[in-house]
Amino acid sequence: MTEWQTRGNHAAAYAARFWSRARESTDRYVLKRRGSGKMRQFFYRHTLPVRAMHWINAILLTIMLMSGLQIFNAHPALYWGRTSDFDHPILALTATQDDQGNLKGITQIGDWQFNTTGVFGVSDVDGQPAARGFPDWVTLPGPQWLAMGRLWHLFFAWLLVANGVAFAIYAFAGGHFRRDLLPTANDLGHLPQEIADHARLRFPKGEAAKHYNALQKLAYFTVIFILGPLVVLTGLTMSPTIDSAVPQLLWLFGGRQSARTIHFICAFSFLAFFIIHIVMVVLSGTWNNIRSMVTGRYAIEPAEARHG
Amino acid sequence: MVEMKRRGFFGAVAAGASALALGACKGPSETTWWPKVLASAEGLTRRAERLVAGSWALAPEFSKADIAPEFRANGTLNPNTPDYNAMVANGFRDWRLEVGGLVEHPLKISLSELRAMPSRTQITRHDCVEGWSCIGEWTGTPLRIVLAEANPLPAARYVMFYCDDPMGSGDLSGAVPYYYESLDLIEAFHPQTLLAYRLNGQDLPVAHGAPVRVRAERQLGYKQAKYVRRIALVENFEHINGGKGGYWEDLGYAWWGGI
Repeated sequence: MTEWQTRGNHAAAYAARFWSRARESTDRYVLKRRGSGKMRQFFYRHTLPVRAMHWINAILLTIMLMSGLQIFNAHPALYWGRTSDFDHPILALTATQDDQGNLKGITQIGDWQFNTTGVFGVSDVDGQPAARGFPDWVTLPGPQWLAMGRLWHLFFAWLLVANGVAFAIYAFAGGHFRRDLLPTANDLGHLPQEIADHARLRFPKGEAAKHYNALQKLAYFTVIFILGPLVVLTGLTMSPTIDSAVPQLLWLFGGRQSARTIHFICAFSFLAFFIIHIVMVVLSGTWNNIRSMVTGRYAIEPAEARHG
Repeated sequence: MVEMKRRGFFGAVAAGASALALGACKGPSETTWWPKVLASAEGLTRRAERLVAGSWALAPEFSKADIAPEFRANGTLNPNTPDYNAMVANGFRDWRLEVGGLVEHPLKISLSELRAMPSRTQITRHDCVEGWSCIGEWTGTPLRIVLAEANPLPAARYVMFYCDDPMGSGDLSGAVPYYYESLDLIEAFHPQTLLAYRLNGQDLPVAHGAPVRVRAERQLGYKQAKYVRRIALVENFEHINGGKGGYWEDLGYAWWGGI
């Protein structure tokens, strides 16, 4: 046996031990809960491909957002239409100097201006205020470095697309899309009630917790099947070579600068989704949710335990 | 012992995750190997874009109404060398464009000779790598006409453009510190690839690369060399300056400027 085979066997044995312990601990947990009289059932909520693609996607989107902000910083302004009307950006993160010669960060949205010194327009680089669109702690790499930001972005873009396509194939071929993600007419009928329940932080229990509710379906459907393709297509529209091959993209998005703006809005829509997603994970049971996305097993609270 | 190992593993995962969260990924960016891994996607991107666009797909052209009131100039705005200033002073009468390297007929073309050749006028969008775009009307000699006259030898694969603007910054140890760029023959023979001498009906201003700049309309701005003085056909650019085929390429930008 070669050294690498030995190492591989060690790694496999380690992983097997890790998973069996994870299983044992959840099983012990179930027995404990059962013993205490509160019937708590586990059911298999997320398949392995879904769990794997979920976490891969989380890493890829983080890299794409941060390297995208690095690229944005090379010209931190957005426009609408075919070209850049430099005097009329719809968003600009700029730097000016006040009377004392101190740098002042200005965020301009249409005709509105805000002083955002320290975060947008001007932020500290190595302890000194510097003109920068987004601060260095949200960009990848940290320092102003367009060439490197593009390297990261255009490498991981391929992986993001590959992961997205793999998920789409899995979801459509395996029934995950139709069974779990596509909102039904019945779902949509329950929407007002669900919004009211979510606002009161009442989350489904019992049998109802085994399926995505209408709000979840709408959120996941929109993010995966609308926002995902949109961010890729607007990204491609910024490519002059793609524009020569598929000029319809320019028509679709109203020009290259509009496409760039929509690309930016998509990125921040992903961020908004991420924040809401995390809040919901925490409010509806942090460890139960994380466990279900790691091991697949999700604990169902008995429906009668619902109080309110 | 197992506990120790496990803590080590989770410690490493946590450190990696927090490094990512803090945007402290200047670590991998500053190694020599990681940027090479990232740059390995460039070939895939180039092949994929070429597969979609082919050799002949034309960049969109626009109407007169779309022309920007003021076309933004970027990069070198004036080479400001004694030689260049002297050429500006006498209207580029002594300027000659050299076409050489792997060609059958090396050429020396004056500006008036270039202007007498068949021309093309196109209203196209200029896309800077920084993210902004401007629309302008360019007139020039299609590069393929000049190349056909010089008749490239079978070994020729790339067209190098050597320019008159000196580049002060940038670490080009041992390299000639002038701007330079390159296109492959597919892009060089594309019908919209021009040696442009007019912008919006006027002689090309100094800020935009007078007397002649490259227009390669399916590529980003940095591929479109200004102040072009010499064209050379080569088999490869491994031993030219930094070896990456262009001034910005030597500083880490992709040679493929299609996205």
